[in-house]
Amino acid sequence: MSNLLFLLLAGYLSGLFFPCCFPNRPRIQNLLAHGFAGLASGAGIVLGTTGLLSPEAWTVSAQTTVPFLSFAIRLDSLASFFVLTISLAGLATSVFAMGYVTKFYGRVSLGALGSLFNGFLLSMTLVILADNGFFFLIVWELMSLLSYFLVVTEHEKADVRYAGLFYFIMTHIGTAFIIVTFLVFFQAGGSFAFEAFRHPEHPLPEGMRTLAFLMALIGFGTKAGIVPLHVWLPYAHPAAPSHISALMSGVMIKTAVYALMRIYFDFLGGQFPWWWGFIILVIGAASALLGVMYALMEHDLKSLLAYHSVENIGIILLGIGAGMIFQSYGLTELAALALLAGLYHTINHAMFKALLFLGAGSLLYATHTRNMEEYGGLLRRMPWTGAFFLIGAVSISALPPTNGFVSEWLVFQSLFLSFHIPDIFLKLMLPLAAAVLALTGALALACFAKAFGISFLALPRSTHARHAEEVPVSMRMGMTVLAVICAALGLGPIVVVPLLDRVVAPLAGVAIEGKVLAMDGWALAPVNVEFSSLSTPVLALLLVVLTMLGLGCAVAFGGRVNTRRYKTWGCGINLTPRMEYTATGFVQPIKRVFSALYQPTVKLETEFLKESRYFAKRRHFEFHIEPIFQKYLYDPLITFFTTMADRLKVIQAGSLHLYLTYIFVTLIALLLLAV
Amino acid sequence: MLQAIILIVTQTAILLAVSPLLVGLIRKVKARFQLRRGAPVLQPYADLAKLFRKQPVISTTTSWIFIATPYIVFASTLTAGLLVPTFTSQTPMSFAGNIIALVYLFALGTFFLILAGLDAGSAFGGMGSSREAIVASLTEPAMMLSIFAIALTAGSTNLSTVVHKTALLEGIVTDPSPHLMAFAALFIVALAETGRVPVDNPATHLELTMIHEGMVLEYSGRYLALIEWAAGLKLTVFLSLIANVFAPWGIATTVAPAAMGIGLAVYVVKIAVLAVSIGVIECMFAKLRLFRVTDLLGVAFILALLGLLFFYILRS
Repeated sequence: MSNLLFLLLAGYLSGLFFPCCFPNRPRIQNLLAHGFAGLASGAGIVLGTTGLLSPEAWTVSAQTTVPFLSFAIRLDSLASFFVLTISLAGLATSVFAMGYVTKFYGRVSLGALGSLFNGFLLSMTLVILADNGFFFLIVWELMSLLSYFLVVTEHEKADVRYAGLFYFIMTHIGTAFIIVTFLVFFQAGGSFAFEAFRHPEHPLPEGMRTLAFLMALIGFGTKAGIVPLHVWLPYAHPAAPSHISALMSGVMIKTAVYALMRIYFDFLGGQFPWWWGFIILVIGAASALLGVMYALMEHDLKSLLAYHSVENIGIILLGIGAGMIFQSYGLTELAALALLAGLYHTINHAMFKALLFLGAGSLLYATHTRNMEEYGGLLRRMPWTGAFFLIGAVSISALPPTNGFVSEWLVFQSLFLSFHIPDIFLKLMLPLAAAVLALTGALALACFAKAFGISFLALPRSTHARHAEEVPVSMRMGMTVLAVICAALGLGPIVVVPLLDRVVAPLAGVAIEGKVLAMDGWALAPVNVEFSSLSTPVLALLLVVLTMLGLGCAVAFGGRVNTRRYKTWGCGINLTPRMEYTATGFVQPIKRVFSALYQPTVKLETEFLKESRYFAKRRHFEFHIEPIFQKYLYDPLITFFTTMADRLKVIQAGSLHLYLTYIFVTLIALLLLAV
Repeated sequence: MLQAIILIVTQTAILLAVSPLLVGLIRKVKARFQLRRGAPVLQPYADLAKLFRKQPVISTTTSWIFIATPYIVFASTLTAGLLVPTFTSQTPMSFAGNIIALVYLFALGTFFLILAGLDAGSAFGGMGSSREAIVASLTEPAMMLSIFAIALTAGSTNLSTVVHKTALLEGIVTDPSPHLMAFAALFIVALAETGRVPVDNPATHLELTMIHEGMVLEYSGRYLALIEWAAGLKLTVFLSLIANVFAPWGIATTVAPAAMGIGLAVYVVKIAVLAVSIGVIECMFAKLRLFRVTDLLGVAFILALLGLLFFYILRS
């Protein structure tokens, strides 16, 4: 264990240090940075797997002279799972980055980009491993700062700077709430060690527990991108270079999921009233639905993917929220099932979202644009990227037999099992959450049919797309890794569920492996095979066999027929890309049906020919949707703070004497207070 | 094992054989209502055979998605069909997936059909795809809730178990109102999912109205044959689902040959009755405007929710 940890630290630190030794040698810097990152994340994969398989938590710590701070590391099953997730994504992105960053040669310092990449991966891993509140906060802040620097890689663009600033402010508001959470625990335990958080000297009173719950929810929720704290995410994640976006959307937001589970189930011991779980459930449902709704309206491929992260965090929280509700009613087995579903979706989302972001990065690399309306016909020009993106799209749309389907199926099952709860309100609310999840899933399908269909199919819509070429081998390799993992996670619940059970068992207090797997592990069957069952390997086999049957039918009934290729009927004139359905057109019915949410404003200007109003010379069409949260929540807040700051300006006259008086008065006041 | 394989093969064969018949039956009913004689009931078989032999024309703008889609749609619909009890409640494949898997297997086919609609680059295909996306999205919540209401009454989400228990009246709540609500909701969902009037009209190629036909407009030859067959299969699967979940009587609950024989006969009668009722509905109602479809699906959702509420109120 310590060897692996050493290898991991050494790898990332070398990747952090050595690229800076070769200024202006981008090729060497690239190789060093991403080579070391790949090595270190390889060590991370082994470390995570070993940690998952070992029954005991493994700890190591180094004391410091700073009070309350110790570099304590603890690798239990929950941490191992997240280390494994981060390292898998890290490995794939490192391989991908080797090819991808070549486009930055000469524009951006590769030393900085490579070092920051390593530092970012290292800080995320340490967030998971930290066993001391102080240490956690340091690496958490490091993670936020490094990701901020990565977001503003292309800082010459104004919108990137805006995205960076927005992220910077939001993440620090989040950190403030996290500090409050930890201070609540510190006040009870007298130490920043997580062990003291777990078993404080004086048990936390009810009010303090609730405070910790809410503060952690806001603090970590900001990072996770839950509604309504998600507003920064669709700006910041797409602004970063694509391999960084993959890490931010795929795994960085998962560190917040980790922290929430750590606090609620570990520090607070899984003892909470039902309404905590209900709040998480409602937030999960809202995030899932609103995330996908806003994603549908996006035509910037990377922003679309970023909004889907909000959606998927929502799905994960549906699992965790249901788990908390079950836990509060003492239904530990169901709680374990719901948590398992949430964690399964966590690793699934990390993999397919990273895959999709790498795919979007490949499109950006090949076409130099993120606007979907300028893509088209790319499947024939970039067959590999297209195939990988399709795998990602099918997985995120939760279609059988992919991994996304398995975890969403498990979430559905845990929501359906709500009839065991002895409360009629919750009995109705959990199935309603399932209905929301069904709507979310269907809209996600529509959204990815749009994303794939408009980008990869039909005719190219711009010269960029017409001249696109397949991306270099290393980028394809990076995507292959993730595509293979996605397939394995979909077809192999027989391996994944026992591993996840090791993570969940200490949290819920009961192991359920035997209750989730049936038929020698070939089928998932919560709680028994009579109630429900699913076997993705069998479904996959059936799909393959029946496809063969379809081919057989075609041959048996039709014999050998030569296919004729001819151009699409364009109503008498040649088909051009301008006749194709656009992404905007595709979602128009959805926009209209949900116009109450979107509040769309459409501007149509037509310039007619002088001779007749029957002939339009030029048309200009524009549509916007109302950013409700920004308009009704954030803008008033910002206005409030700026007016407050304006008023407070009066006492800051800039005179040194005045300030000295303030200090004196404060001192006197404090002394009086002390007496 | 051998018995399971025989059952799988039988069920596949029955589904494949019955589905063109249902399509023909509905067309015949509609023709008679319109005072036409109509084509023979067996006409769809001849159509399929003819289409398989025809030379397919494929657009030069398309990719491999266009050619793969008919096979994927055919396979996913048939896989879904194997999860649904038809003439026997001992569905051998029921362990492979419950009713949620069924919903998502249909979604798999829909996903690829939407892609294929976009692939040829014509505006008709895109129009069909775009409309299919919204209709499919709005049916899903109603479908999920009605399924849940049924699952609650039988204490299972496995179709085989639901049907088996209902057929033997084991552990079924005696009051039928949750069942009736769920039935109405699922029937509306079935009309929407299989592209029937009042949601879509399978008999039209008018660009103002078509949804499913718009998506598959560019298909010809064997590819069209597979798509048409799959559409018939989807209809058959939905009718089997409704028939057996809400009226499982007569279905074979054992593997005895006599019970199987009776089950098969009863099954064909049941889905034929449902097909006739769909034909009648198609004649009695006009197709709804696309943006009124939301209201219909909203009604289905509310019905399913009421079914759920009734179940809990009756229980407590």
